Amino acid sequence: MSEHILSVHDLDVGEGQIPREDWFEASSTLHNLRKNKKFPTIWCAGCGLGVIMGSLIRAIESLGLKNDQVALVAGIGCTARMPVYMDYNTMHTTHGRALAFATGLKIARSDMKVIAIMGDGDALAIGGNHFIHAARRNIGITALVVNNSTYGMTGGQYSPTTPEGMRATTAPYGNVEPPFPVCDLAAAAGATFVARSTAYHPLELDKHLSEAISNEGFSLVEAVSYCHTTYGRINKLGSAADMMRMLKDNSISKSAYEKLGEDERETNTKIVRGVLYRKKRPEYTKTYDSLVERKHEEEVKLRNTGRR
Amino acid sequence: MTIQLMQGNEAIAMGAIAAGCRFYAGYPITPSTEVAEVMSRVLPKVGGKFIQMEDEIASMAAIIGGRVGGLKSMTATSGPGFSLMQENIGYAAMAEIPCVVVNVQRLGPSTGQPTAASQGDVMQARWGTHGDHQIIVLCPISVAQSFDLTVKAFNLSEKYRTPVILLTDEIIGHMREPIELPDFDIVEKFERLVTDTPDNYKAYRNDRGDVPALAGFGLGYRYHITGLFHDEVGFPTQRLDEIDPWLERVSRKIETADDILLYQTDYEAGARTAILSYGASARTARHATKQMRAKGEKVSLFTTQTLWPFPEKAVEELADSVDKIVVPEMNLGQLALEVERVVGRKKVVRVNRANGDMITPNMVLEAAEA
Repeated sequence: MSEHILSVHDLDVGEGQIPREDWFEASSTLHNLRKNKKFPTIWCAGCGLGVIMGSLIRAIESLGLKNDQVALVAGIGCTARMPVYMDYNTMHTTHGRALAFATGLKIARSDMKVIAIMGDGDALAIGGNHFIHAARRNIGITALVVNNSTYGMTGGQYSPTTPEGMRATTAPYGNVEPPFPVCDLAAAAGATFVARSTAYHPLELDKHLSEAISNEGFSLVEAVSYCHTTYGRINKLGSAADMMRMLKDNSISKSAYEKLGEDERETNTKIVRGVLYRKKRPEYTKTYDSLVERKHEEEVKLRNTGRR
Repeated sequence: MTIQLMQGNEAIAMGAIAAGCRFYAGYPITPSTEVAEVMSRVLPKVGGKFIQMEDEIASMAAIIGGRVGGLKSMTATSGPGFSLMQENIGYAAMAEIPCVVVNVQRLGPSTGQPTAASQGDVMQARWGTHGDHQIIVLCPISVAQSFDLTVKAFNLSEKYRTPVILLTDEIIGHMREPIELPDFDIVEKFERLVTDTPDNYKAYRNDRGDVPALAGFGLGYRYHITGLFHDEVGFPTQRLDEIDPWLERVSRKIETADDILLYQTDYEAGARTAILSYGASARTARHATKQMRAKGEKVSLFTTQTLWPFPEKAVEELADSVDKIVVPEMNLGQLALEVERVVGRKKVVRVNRANGDMITPNMVLEAAEA
């Protein structure tokens, strides 16, 4: 998968040159990338974001959705640059507000699949309020939160998901704040589908994202990633490949986690991957649309009977 | 058509419905809340949608999202909420998304006096968001004008693909006056249709007039919207040859328009004094003018409904015929700065009050007769 994404760097060598059609025919991820957009991406070589973008495209593709039916709304940050590369209805908004913009769009076009793409700072610090309220409403939006534990674009400051003790450019002596458990937060706030995996496990992400997008209500997929350029360098965690390997070594599937003894679970520090939470609850726009239908009918009746 | 007794804030909501607004997102704040209350009641009846968001930042974001989804959208707020909306108002200006923002001004800064009137947000409405940008700001002086200017605000925002601020105040918002509402079906509604095919569509094209059509999401025109400087198809750019034509176009589209500047003149031949005002203060100005004329004094009156862009040519012409322009406003002198810019400081007499009370006709009279 990552091979395909990397080969995109070779695609748009000359201005306005359109890559050979058969390249796009051969790969679902490639033909959903924008042909008229100049690659490479703004992301650092080795970043996990390309892998996650591939997963998102495959998830949309697997559901048989038309590109016109899908809207991607992002905030600000490295992660939020993702939509511009993809051939859907795409919107790059203001920092933290992706879910608020997405809420308006979803209300106007409840028939569309609206996906909000955010980093951890975007979704949980500046956008934390919108995050819990979108979950509370159970509005039919899929939130993809790429969690790399830092503000990458601004150079590696500590974020609401930076683990305690880790260093950042604004936590030179170690972070003293505890991190948000993103999935627990979403579930507690009212999300109806919550899953987590990592950039090392794209096949899991494909599956979680497609289930999230097909869920009627608010879904959260936490894609744990890394930033080798800032966070990794500051904390001496090695290269992109080393950090990718860490995602493999420091995570555990939900089924394996559930087989652990109680004590082991208590002391587990590994990232638990899998579908963590599922619930059935009425979706916001469905409920509001039925209210509109009812009031609208009443009004027409009143008018027809001459009482209005 | 029947005559109704209505609040300014209610008239704004009615004007929005008449103009085709079908999405409202807002957050309760005094003295604007009635707009939200009426919208929540009326919108579902006309097939529209209402949502109370978690704050004003989200409200502003949601109406932009709603308009991108194809619904004409509005929000209403007051001082503190207007401050919170500024970043996303800039986004709407940058991304050229039509929307209407109502600010029912209250006394500030900070929490100030929520139930007291003010005209303290004149400069904020113009320059509140960071960076250079054009914006349209309309200001009603009566309940009937609250309706008319809301309709106008929607039509201008659609016509010029820009956010429009309806800058009213607590007095006009809460005052009740008789109003004759027109049949909403015959109210003029501006719609700009997309004539390009999806293959040829450019959301930000610079080559065919100054206002390219905005295609709603989900209709086959897949494109990118961003708050970054962008090229004609909406992709981020740092190229000067792509930024400059865009900058020129978005400035020109509002600067050269001939239907944005709304004002009323009541000039008296031979008058050497003029009063220039807007909003609730214009009502005081009108009263003072009447009193002066009753005493046989000659005075001209200029009331402006468009604050931004400022009707500088009309004010310049007025200045040529008078020695003195009195500018009463409920702030410490904001629009007066603009009048002074146009006609010079010597001719301008400021009448200010920023304590929540209205300016009295006597305050204007004293200044005019001094």
